[in-house]
Amino acid sequence: MAEQAPLVCKDIHKTFNDLEVLKGISLETKKGDVVSLIGSSGSGKSTFLRCINLLETPTSGDIIVHGEPIRFGTNRKGERIPADNRQVELIRAKLSMVFQSFNLWTHMTVLENIIEAPIHVLGIPKAEAIERAEAYLQKVGIYERKDYYPAQMSGGQQQRAAIARALAMEPEVMLFDEPTSALDPELVGEVLKVMQSLAEEGRTMIVVTHEMAFARDVSSQVLFLHQGVIEEQGTPEKVFDHPESERMKQFLAPKF
Amino acid sequence: MLDLKGYGPSLLEGAIVTVELAFLSLALAIVLGLLGASSKLSSNRVLIGAATTYTTLIRGVPDLVMMLLFFYGGQVLVNNISDYVWEAYGIDFFFQFDPFISGVLTIGLIFGAYMTETFRGAFLAVPVGQIEAAKAYGFSRWHTFRRVMIPQMLRHALPGIGNNWQVLLKTTALVSIIGLTDMVRVAEEAAKAERSPFLFFIPVAFVYLALTAGSELFIKWLDKRANAGVVQGD
Repeated sequence: MAEQAPLVCKDIHKTFNDLEVLKGISLETKKGDVVSLIGSSGSGKSTFLRCINLLETPTSGDIIVHGEPIRFGTNRKGERIPADNRQVELIRAKLSMVFQSFNLWTHMTVLENIIEAPIHVLGIPKAEAIERAEAYLQKVGIYERKDYYPAQMSGGQQQRAAIARALAMEPEVMLFDEPTSALDPELVGEVLKVMQSLAEEGRTMIVVTHEMAFARDVSSQVLFLHQGVIEEQGTPEKVFDHPESERMKQFLAPKF
Repeated sequence: MLDLKGYGPSLLEGAIVTVELAFLSLALAIVLGLLGASSKLSSNRVLIGAATTYTTLIRGVPDLVMMLLFFYGGQVLVNNISDYVWEAYGIDFFFQFDPFISGVLTIGLIFGAYMTETFRGAFLAVPVGQIEAAKAYGFSRWHTFRRVMIPQMLRHALPGIGNNWQVLLKTTALVSIIGLTDMVRVAEEAAKAERSPFLFFIPVAFVYLALTAGSELFIKWLDKRANAGVVQGD
């Protein structure tokens, strides 16, 4: 039997009030895929990422995580909502997210941030969670900062800690929402380097990014979104070197 | 030493009553405040309406009026209910509204309304990203509340809690009016009998001062702990 796809999204639509932000986005992944979502601001790429782990509820469309479809129902106002909160929690635990502004819990040290969900959500013993956390902190190169509070670290260090927090869940898929956009330019490299090493290890990643070099060199699949639709999709070679859509050509054109 | 013409021991007992009253009222006020704030921030219209009525009503009526209403009105209400229950179901049920219970209920209810506002503001001050991160890592709503919302909210709520507590502590003096033998009541009786108000009221004033000053230090310490991880501006 073929290996279960870590994540499949089928025809995702999202409407805020009367504004249709996503107009049918589909995505299929294989284990080890690195999917880059690119596009200008307002193209819907972050909204799509937030629909995957249900921080936004898609207005229609299906999300299937490792063969398990998320079940939806409707609330009293007739809006679509997840049918089973427990299922959503379990699915989210398989899809760790790395946020643009890190969102490390500011009242916890780095180590506490990393062990919180493994202990309380995955239910693994504390000693094991600490061991795991320390291993991932080594990996992202900030082990010596484990007892610092987030506010005592640079943006790049915070984002690496956030990546360690995501890794400690040992997720099916890692979701990155513009992970370098809030960083000073000189700190972007350290975060991208960590992400590249994760890609090389064969982790499945979905990355919303403005870093074109990263999208081109690291990803296996690139989706270019424009006004809520996929304008261009395929391997980096295809999307960057032989784009078919006019929009993609404009997007890539030198701005100066 | 602090014999105070023989009234020393009963003043001390009164002081203990004051402290008990204050702490029980505080506990009730915090519970009501958390419930009130959660209701006001919920999307349920009934809860929002109930919490808004509660805070508007309480904050608009003088504490003393509330207390008299509770002490005298509360007993009448309980009597009526108990009569009804006896006649309708044959169940013998009675509840004596003593001044202490009335005091705790009234003060707790009054300060619950102030705490509601304090907690509401503090919950709103928790950055959305902190809660989103909790959701994204599969936390249940309760776990998010307990491990992220409460500790972060406390940073913003503690100064307000401290203020409310000091006012609450002093409000307990009102309970002497409905007949509770707290330290104010003892002092009042002693002062009348001995015709020496200074001798009795000044120690009482100092006890309040010591309690509020002590609490201020404690709140400062709590504040420091709650703000671990916050970089203070220079």
